[in-house]
Amino acid sequence: MVLPKTVSIFRRTRVLEGEIDEFMDNLAQSALAFKRAISIFLAEGRSAEFDEKLAQVNDLESRSDDLRRGIERQLYAQTLIPESRGDVLGLLENLDSVLNNFEGALWGFSIENPDIPEQYHEDYRSLAEQVTAAVEALVLASRAFFRNVEMVSDHMHKVIFYEKEADKVSTKLKRQIFESDIDLARKLHLRHFVELIDNIADRSEDVADRLAIYAIKRRF
Amino acid sequence: MDFATLFFLSSGLFLGWSLGANDAANVFGTAVGSRMIRFSTAAVICSVFVIMGAVMSGSGAAHTLGKLGAIDALGGAFMAAFAAALSVYLMTKAGLPVSTTQAIVGAIVGWNLFTATSTDPATLSTILGTWVICPILAAIIAMLLYKGTSWFLRKMNFHMIRLDAYTRAALILAGAFGAYSLGANNIGNVMGVFVPSSPFKDLSIMGMADFTSVEQLFLLGGLAIAAGVITYSERVMLTVGGGMLPLSPVGAWVVVMAHSIVLFLFASRGLQALLLSYDLATIPLVPVSSSQAVVGAVLGIGLLQGGRGIRWRIVGSVSLGWVVTPLVAGLVCYIGLFFLQNVFGQEVYQ
Repeated sequence: MVLPKTVSIFRRTRVLEGEIDEFMDNLAQSALAFKRAISIFLAEGRSAEFDEKLAQVNDLESRSDDLRRGIERQLYAQTLIPESRGDVLGLLENLDSVLNNFEGALWGFSIENPDIPEQYHEDYRSLAEQVTAAVEALVLASRAFFRNVEMVSDHMHKVIFYEKEADKVSTKLKRQIFESDIDLARKLHLRHFVELIDNIADRSEDVADRLAIYAIKRRF
Repeated sequence: MDFATLFFLSSGLFLGWSLGANDAANVFGTAVGSRMIRFSTAAVICSVFVIMGAVMSGSGAAHTLGKLGAIDALGGAFMAAFAAALSVYLMTKAGLPVSTTQAIVGAIVGWNLFTATSTDPATLSTILGTWVICPILAAIIAMLLYKGTSWFLRKMNFHMIRLDAYTRAALILAGAFGAYSLGANNIGNVMGVFVPSSPFKDLSIMGMADFTSVEQLFLLGGLAIAAGVITYSERVMLTVGGGMLPLSPVGAWVVVMAHSIVLFLFASRGLQALLLSYDLATIPLVPVSSSQAVVGAVLGIGLLQGGRGIRWRIVGSVSLGWVVTPLVAGLVCYIGLFFLQNVFGQEVYQ
């Protein structure tokens, strides 16, 4: 009576592991697609290729929502990892919010179609790169949380590093924008997009801070 | 079997029931309390393996109790078991840590005193020595297991979800082993006093296998323990699981394993024969307290983590239990025997 149940526990385990991995893959892919989308927008504006990247991030986001709900349902319905399922739930929801930020920022570019002067392109691109690097490090830290909790801190410090770099670029960019002689409405519009991108790095750092606590709790 | 015999056996069954209700929590408490295993699963596994342990390897530890005091009349055996059960009940009510092992030993010594039978000092000192060694040994085994398991898990890097599934399976296996060891080691507490005056006859099952009177007695005791597990242990398990030191599921597994290994060591005739065959020092087969083995194991892990979070008050109450429980049981037994003999006119020794 016990044996078949045990075997089925191991099968369910593999499926669930796969779903968590897929969720992480989706976040990492969204980061890459975001970086590419910003680069395309700066080069060609709101082109078909940009729309394609936006659609890709959209798909990844809704697929991740489904995955997250499924994972949470299984964790609670089958009372899996009872001592850390609250933390896992928190982590997945926070990671999902980072993914939402990617999607929101790209929708902002698509709807408001900001006119970014050529001289700021390099800094916008650099900002997107730092943000992407921060999220990639966050994904690695989150994967380590599930597989090798000792390694979490090895990736955590990178999240903090890239967030600081993103802050530097964003401050420099905003200063340049407001020191220029373009009209105030445009300055505010350009600043809004700097913050839209930079906020993703800030959000990643917040999630990383929470992850650090979850990791301490999981050490045995 | 006549009604009087059944009545006399009832105190042993009561003791078995309370042992099942309380000590099953040591085996499955952390697993059920932390919701890693459902109570129904734990209860079924625990009951089956307790009965198996009692019938298959219960005789070793029971034999030592027999040497301490061979209670030769059913009335005396009734009162010894009843005194032990009553002490367990009273001390549990008073919120004091209690062990059926210590209660029954106290009760047997009480019978010895009442009947002016001399208590074998060698057996008594072996038993008392074991009580001190049991938690220490459990602590050492827990430390080694914890170190080894932590090293293994760091090497393997299982996914959290997979580790969860493996831990559940390991907790079930450890629980089964723990229940078997509990049955083997502690059936002596429940039925040991009835062995010399067993009302059963040896049976031969179709000439293939023998089912001795002692095994029949132990089966009955095992059933009583199982009844305690099924009817009453859930509440205790939830208390133990929620109220004990904060342990990770892996830590909980280490505690159950260390507890089970200790109980097994003090019950296994096979191991004793093996050690004897190599001319090694043997481990005495003595009923030990499963609660104290668990406390020892938890302390071991606590010490390994630098001693933080150890509740020294628990250590104090365990030491107190060694002294108070046998004294209370001995006293209750002595007084009870007096009434049984002089007021109810029953034979309490031959």
